[in-house]
Amino acid sequence: MKYVDEYRKKELILSVSEKLKAISKKEIVLMEVCGGHTMAIHRFGLNSLLPATIKLVSGPGCPVCVSSQHFIDTAMAYSKLPGVIITTYGDLIRVPGSSTSLEKERANGSDIRIIYSVLESLEIAKANPDKKVVFLGIGFETTAPLTAAAILQAKKEAIANFFVLSAHKIMPPVMKALVSEGVKIDGFIAPGHVSAITGTAIYNDLATTCGLGVVVAGFEPVDMMQSILMLTSQIESGKPAVEIQYQRVVQPEGNKIAQNMLSEVFEFRDDRWRGLGIIPKSGLNIRDGLSSYDAEVQFNVSVPESTEPKGCICGQILRGLKTPVDCGLFGKKCTPSDPVGACMVSGEGTCATYYKYRS
Amino acid sequence: MCLAIPAKVISIDGSSALVSIEDVEYKASLLLLNDVKPGDFVMLHAGFAIQKVDAEEAAYTLQLLNDEEKHRPGSV
Repeated sequence: MKYVDEYRKKELILSVSEKLKAISKKEIVLMEVCGGHTMAIHRFGLNSLLPATIKLVSGPGCPVCVSSQHFIDTAMAYSKLPGVIITTYGDLIRVPGSSTSLEKERANGSDIRIIYSVLESLEIAKANPDKKVVFLGIGFETTAPLTAAAILQAKKEAIANFFVLSAHKIMPPVMKALVSEGVKIDGFIAPGHVSAITGTAIYNDLATTCGLGVVVAGFEPVDMMQSILMLTSQIESGKPAVEIQYQRVVQPEGNKIAQNMLSEVFEFRDDRWRGLGIIPKSGLNIRDGLSSYDAEVQFNVSVPESTEPKGCICGQILRGLKTPVDCGLFGKKCTPSDPVGACMVSGEGTCATYYKYRS
Repeated sequence: MCLAIPAKVISIDGSSALVSIEDVEYKASLLLLNDVKPGDFVMLHAGFAIQKVDAEEAAYTLQLLNDEEKHRPGSV
């Protein structure tokens, strides 16, 4: 596949690996923020190509994993309302709520449909004018503009039975929260597709104020290795900066159309992250002017206080403090076919990735 | 979740494009991207083209890496 195969060439990967081994002197910890990067590292066995001085830890960049229990429980409550159709990306359907999951509710008769594109929700709404279609909006800056585009499209086409339950979140506040919490990180392998939308200015603080390296990385093994090399070189030379490795896709200014749609539809709000607590201005709330599309405004449900599963250390894993093998539930009570925590549900969750590529 | 795949634009119809990934065709919304033409590569994410792939940058990055590879001591 063009723009994929070239970046999987063994000789190139090994050549970067050798270079890395030659320049790496300090013991450093790099966090790959994005779940897609965690998958690539384990799928291609990149840890085995790194010098012993470099440790990679996984971060909070899996939307399903960080969605709060309260969000899942609210979605479940909507699914039980008469005349409601829930639309959702497939990842979310198996996440355990406090007492049940969307998958179980669907088996119980709720109308819950997995979609590939949020625009399918609009088609479903048009085909079912007597029903109310609620889309479960999860994802970071990569995915949130799609939801924004769908809301604006619904407005344009005067579709009145389409609603969004937004759990959309943004990356910079959580990255900063980890740093100020004292998690030991020397540099970030920054999320490539988030940055394709946002551009790179959102990371400047991390380099200038926190003194951390930030390299925006692509998702193929050559991309990842080159990004690690760039970060290591920054740290070894004592010159942390924001750089783009993934230049074929990421422009410094990002995607302006998507940014404009995001700010037209959403405003920031303090938001709850699973296992991490409430992080100021880290979530996206639908603006008042578009509240006719906001499920939280339009549907009144009472959701009991949510409880997180006992024994699950998802929160520490999302902070890069622990790895899945440190968890007593991992591989025993918690497996992809019967997950306890959200990090085991999503294919890009750290626990699911460790389970799939465990040795 | 933030996965996106390079897809080649085959044709454009208003705010929607037909794109191809390894000869399988998909529909891609162009609501988030202007100035796309047939033959361009775009990153496809959940049914939307979210950014163009810059062919020159792609070639340049690879060229740099390949050059280094050729100049490695002991390589032929």
